[in-house]
Amino acid sequence: MKSLEELQKIKERALQRRKLAGEGARARIVVAMGTTGIAAGARDTMAAILKELEKRGIGDVVVTQTGSAGMSTYEPVVQVQVGDGELVTYGNVDANRAATLIEKHVLGGEVVAEWQVQ
Amino acid sequence: MTIFRDLSQHILDIAENGVKAGATLLHLTIEEDTAADTLRIVVQDNGSGMNAEALAKVEDPWYTTRTTRNVGLGIPFFKQAAEMCGGSFSITSEPGVGTTTEATFQHSHIDRPPLGDLAGTLLCMIVGFEGVDVLYQHRVDDQTFALDTREIRAILGDDIPFSDPDVLAFLNESLHNGLASLPGETS
Repeated sequence: MKSLEELQKIKERALQRRKLAGEGARARIVVAMGTTGIAAGARDTMAAILKELEKRGIGDVVVTQTGSAGMSTYEPVVQVQVGDGELVTYGNVDANRAATLIEKHVLGGEVVAEWQVQ
Repeated sequence: MTIFRDLSQHILDIAENGVKAGATLLHLTIEEDTAADTLRIVVQDNGSGMNAEALAKVEDPWYTTRTTRNVGLGIPFFKQAAEMCGGSFSITSEPGVGTTTEATFQHSHIDRPPLGDLAGTLLCMIVGFEGVDVLYQHRVDDQTFALDTREIRAILGDDIPFSDPDVLAFLNESLHNGLASLPGETS
């Protein structure tokens, strides 16, 4: 493991960033990670989301995973909620779509209607 | 025949079951022994566990504790993968204590799926399961790599999530360096 001392510095930077961002999360992202989701590539979708947050230095987005979304035909399934806005469910979210969703929906506030599933 | 490409997808699936059962700690052990030609994967959780009746059913592909969700669906596939590769599979569980899933493979077996993207699986486990700690211990012969999120959490405190970009970079680098430090092909 990288040195734990390094974490102390990371903590200070992260606290600073959170102070600048203000209270609360900008957005919440949930990845459906049930058996069928994983088989459809949900892990790689999640990894792409995290990579995008890391690359863009976004610290105020909460990313979690849940079990099966109950919509196996559309997996990987990802839900995005910006602020108190509508919870939008997206289907067939591969790594490329995941990166686009961060850019368009999370950062741009624009729902990508063509990937939305009900 | 399996629905997963690699063993680390199986690991994530088993971990998911543990979290569904209310686990707060997931302990993943991987042991590769080249002399004995074995690969052993153990996923231990401190979730609610199962009684003997539920345990007996869990290796059955049609069993689930809920009618609408596929909890436990992946277990028979993991068992089948191990048994097809000259290995063995077991689940032990105790109500109120937790569940331990163990799969052993012949390391060099031609049909053994690769471990695959272990770093990706661990990142999903560490970041995606809220309030769940992960202890990961991976041994290849006499070399060991370990990562314990409780140590990381103790320094970061409760205000900084693992999805913070600097923390993600730290986790990524720790995992990739740690895996690279193990001898041979950890695949």
